[in-house]
Amino acid sequence: MSDAAIQLTDVRKSFGRTEIIRGVNLTIPKGQRHAIIGPNGAGKTTLFNLISGRFPISSGTITVNGRNTAGLTPPQINHLGLSRSFQVTSIFPRMTVFENIRCGLLWSRGYKYSFWNLLGSQRALNEASDALLERLNLHSRRNRPAGLLSYAEQRALEIGITIAGGANVILLDEPTAGMSHSETEYAQHLIRTVSEGKTLLMVEHDMSVVFGLADVITVLVYGEVIASDAPANIRSNRAVQQAYLGEEAA
Amino acid sequence: MNPLYLLRRHWVWLAILVIMLAAPFLFYDWSRGRHSGFALTLMSEMALMAVFALSYNMLMGQAGLLSFGHAILFGIGAYFTAHTLNWVKANDIMWLPAELIPLAGGVGGLCCGIVAGYVATQQRSTAFAMITLGLGELFAAAALMFMTFFGGEGGITTNRVIHSSIFGVAYSSAWQVYCLLIAWSMFAAILMYLLTQTPLGRIANATRDNYERTQFVGYNPRVVRYWQFILAGFFAGIAGALYTLVYEIVTFDTLAAVKSANALLAAFIGGGGGFFGPILGAVVVVGLQSGVSLFTSAWLLYLGVLFIVMVMYAPGGLIGIIGLHAPIARMGRLGELMVPYLRALVPTVVGGAGFVAVVELATHRTIGAAQGKKLSLFAMPVDSSSLWPWAIAVVLAVAGALWLRAEGRQFRLRWNALIEDAKARGIGV
Amino acid sequence: MEVFVVSLLNGLVYGMLLFMLASGLTLIFSMMGVLNFAHASVYMLGAYFAYTISLYLGFWPALILAPILCGLLGAAIEMYGLRQVHRHGHIPELLFTFGLALIIEKVVQMTWGMVAVPYRIPDGLDFSLFTIYGTQFPAYRAFMLLISALMFAAIWLGLTRTRIGLIIQASLTHPDMVGALGHNVPRVFTIVFAAGTALAGLAGVIGGNYRVTEPGMAFSMGPIVFVVVVFGGLGSLTGCFIASIIMGLIQTFAVVLDYSLADLLELVGIVVTKATPGAEFLTVSLPRIGALLPFILLVLILVLRPRGLMGTRDT
Ligand SMILES: Nc1ncnc2c1ncn2[C@@H]1O[C@H](COP(=O)(O)OP(=O)(O)O)[C@@H](O)[C@H]1O
Ligand SMILES: [Mg+2]
Repeated sequence: MSDAAIQLTDVRKSFGRTEIIRGVNLTIPKGQRHAIIGPNGAGKTTLFNLISGRFPISSGTITVNGRNTAGLTPPQINHLGLSRSFQVTSIFPRMTVFENIRCGLLWSRGYKYSFWNLLGSQRALNEASDALLERLNLHSRRNRPAGLLSYAEQRALEIGITIAGGANVILLDEPTAGMSHSETEYAQHLIRTVSEGKTLLMVEHDMSVVFGLADVITVLVYGEVIASDAPANIRSNRAVQQAYLGEEAA
Repeated sequence: MNPLYLLRRHWVWLAILVIMLAAPFLFYDWSRGRHSGFALTLMSEMALMAVFALSYNMLMGQAGLLSFGHAILFGIGAYFTAHTLNWVKANDIMWLPAELIPLAGGVGGLCCGIVAGYVATQQRSTAFAMITLGLGELFAAAALMFMTFFGGEGGITTNRVIHSSIFGVAYSSAWQVYCLLIAWSMFAAILMYLLTQTPLGRIANATRDNYERTQFVGYNPRVVRYWQFILAGFFAGIAGALYTLVYEIVTFDTLAAVKSANALLAAFIGGGGGFFGPILGAVVVVGLQSGVSLFTSAWLLYLGVLFIVMVMYAPGGLIGIIGLHAPIARMGRLGELMVPYLRALVPTVVGGAGFVAVVELATHRTIGAAQGKKLSLFAMPVDSSSLWPWAIAVVLAVAGALWLRAEGRQFRLRWNALIEDAKARGIGV
Repeated sequence: MEVFVVSLLNGLVYGMLLFMLASGLTLIFSMMGVLNFAHASVYMLGAYFAYTISLYLGFWPALILAPILCGLLGAAIEMYGLRQVHRHGHIPELLFTFGLALIIEKVVQMTWGMVAVPYRIPDGLDFSLFTIYGTQFPAYRAFMLLISALMFAAIWLGLTRTRIGLIIQASLTHPDMVGALGHNVPRVFTIVFAAGTALAGLAGVIGGNYRVTEPGMAFSMGPIVFVVVVFGGLGSLTGCFIASIIMGLIQTFAVVLDYSLADLLELVGIVVTKATPGAEFLTVSLPRIGALLPFILLVLILVLRPRGLMGTRDT
């Protein structure tokens, strides 16, 4: 039994004839905050899709909390304690903000498919949803349909739905993309607090967030890991500078 | 809990109950001390259609599933009930109270839902719709094929008068049956309302809004929809049972495509977004079906046109239209829409009258005249073979439409201004 | 043997008729994602238009005019109806065509009456072409085959040899990509919709007098065409063609083969009587099941193989 939250062994994925993920090995110990960076089209989102079970892998193995995820569906992987957010905002637009959050909570609170509990009288559940809304700064929007929120608010809600269930492995795909400076700062603070004591894997383009949060940074280029190390070492890594950071600077 | 609070929150239910109990008395024949049979049947039909449409909306409005075969659940429920009644009668069974007979329909619908739902929920969206279409056609065809259960063309006849009532009621008078029907339809509707407040109900909404995301909050959307389908089957079956109690005969029409279409029309016209929409829709559809069909054979055309207009301009249904007014009402400025509405009403009436006249003239020429009927429009005798009525009707219809378009533009300006105001004041839209 | 050959020919005729209907629907469904419930209604309109036109001008002008009318109607439906509804999403779109089907049926009843109209095969084609095994093969059926073959060739040429045909082909398999290439997607949609409905109208013109022209013809044909489209698979005209022929043959043969499961059991020595358990199921004869067969197929295909025979993606 390893204490890795996520372990990828020689993971490959092809769409048609193009191989997008080309033999990725990655171990993320429990409790680590881990960031994946890399140029657009490197395969970061695809990697998330593989870990969370959205697509099947072509070869290799992925384990989540020690369990091999081969053949598991997204909800089954979710039940292993993994939750993810989406780069392209994916919320429940016609339901209220409160309902969105509560949907994220339901399974982890053991409600399953029950049709005999009235949600209105589930005190603990509703209080937990409201508490999370406070933390997300969305309480003033509580009863609005989520589809009517502003972009930044929807991004916050996206994170909220992801973390609501209390999963101990959290995958965030570009959580701060499109946010203003102050919003990003707040999101960074939020991510830090909600990932306390949990495993966090995130894709992020904002380097201040990456270096501010991550214990370890992995650089993915063209479906291959070219470096995976502590932030300070990544900053000074020649290969990374050439492939990625240098590009930014130029 | 505070009764006043309850009343304020649930006044709609009370209103429905009062209307259902009171409406038949508007048609009460005081001189002979009898209820009007027509009124009772009409109200019963509305009530059971409302249950059926609400059940349909458990799929359409709440789970985003479009079914074209919902009537199989209704029909199987109806057949189950007829057989149960006959069985109770034949064996003089006393342990099954007459009041619980509709449960037999519920069980029938549930069983049918378990089978049909399993097949249908394998797919989503258009494929789901087509599977339900295929299942609907299959069941309808099978109903004509297997005599023992379905009774072929003649259907299954039954008799609702059984003697196992816990209240000692014989259910021999239409009023008694009507009371039983009110009780059951209220019960079913309230249960369906409560279902929307449960985890399953909410997650069904989630699969409607975003099928994929539901999977990543831990739910298998297929299982969610299967459960939802089965429960919808139970309530459709209850509606079918009520049908059997009212008409005492079940034929294959109860599970045919037209019945499914009626549920769809009622749910959509009423509005799938809010819970009460389908009830409103059922009243409109049954009203058109029973009321308007007394005057004209073209009622289905009017229903179809109403439906298309709603699909194009008000996909939220009647309840959606009402809902749109909420922010303006909260500002207390609903009155300002009065004049625009009245101004739009005039061309609507003119155009509508023209359209109705054209339809009736055409119907009379092809169908009515052959039956030797005389046509009268708006209480005036009209000769459908002469040119004048046609010309007038067409002119009215076209002029009304053009006028309405111009008026509509004015109306929209006024409306947008009000909505902007509401937004500016922070009143939620 | 004679039954076989005659049924084969009839099945072929029916299959080609189905294809004429289904090809348009496949094009529309694959490109626009709209399962057009009104498609069979246009088929019905085609027959009625042809009937009325042939009263005044004769059959041959009707053969040209009725499909054109249907095509224009299709274009109008697409431009002023579907496009408007498209904004509201998928379900309203489907419901729009569904409502249209309801209305067209009522309008037909209002205009032409509740019972069948005497739309007949033109005199010039009302003779027997040849005789096989003592059964006459009417010239009109050969004519139908000819028209279908011509139409098939026309579609094929149109799709492979013209610019717009190539765009349509591309958007059959990748509907989202065409817009990205800078083509005027709404116009392509209108053209495809118009062409599809014109084909349905043509099918009505030559099918209406072969079968019966009555207000119920759309309702009885519609579901069968859906089955063919699903069976053939999304985005594949070839699949659609094969599915049409198979469906035509199945339906024709199911009618002539008057056997039941009970007959099969009799071959192995088990005689089914009224008292046998499940006798009601066992004695149902094939012609009666024939009516069910398309729907059984529809459900089975959608559940087990949603991409159909040759589809490029799931329905
Ligand atoms: N479902 C898919 N089918 C085909 N190609 C895909 C699919 N998803 C992603 N790709 C391709 O995989 C590559 C990596 O995409 P992605 O993982 O989204 O990159 P990133 O998130 O690093 O920007 C891109 O070239 C993209 O076109
Ligand atoms: Mg990405």
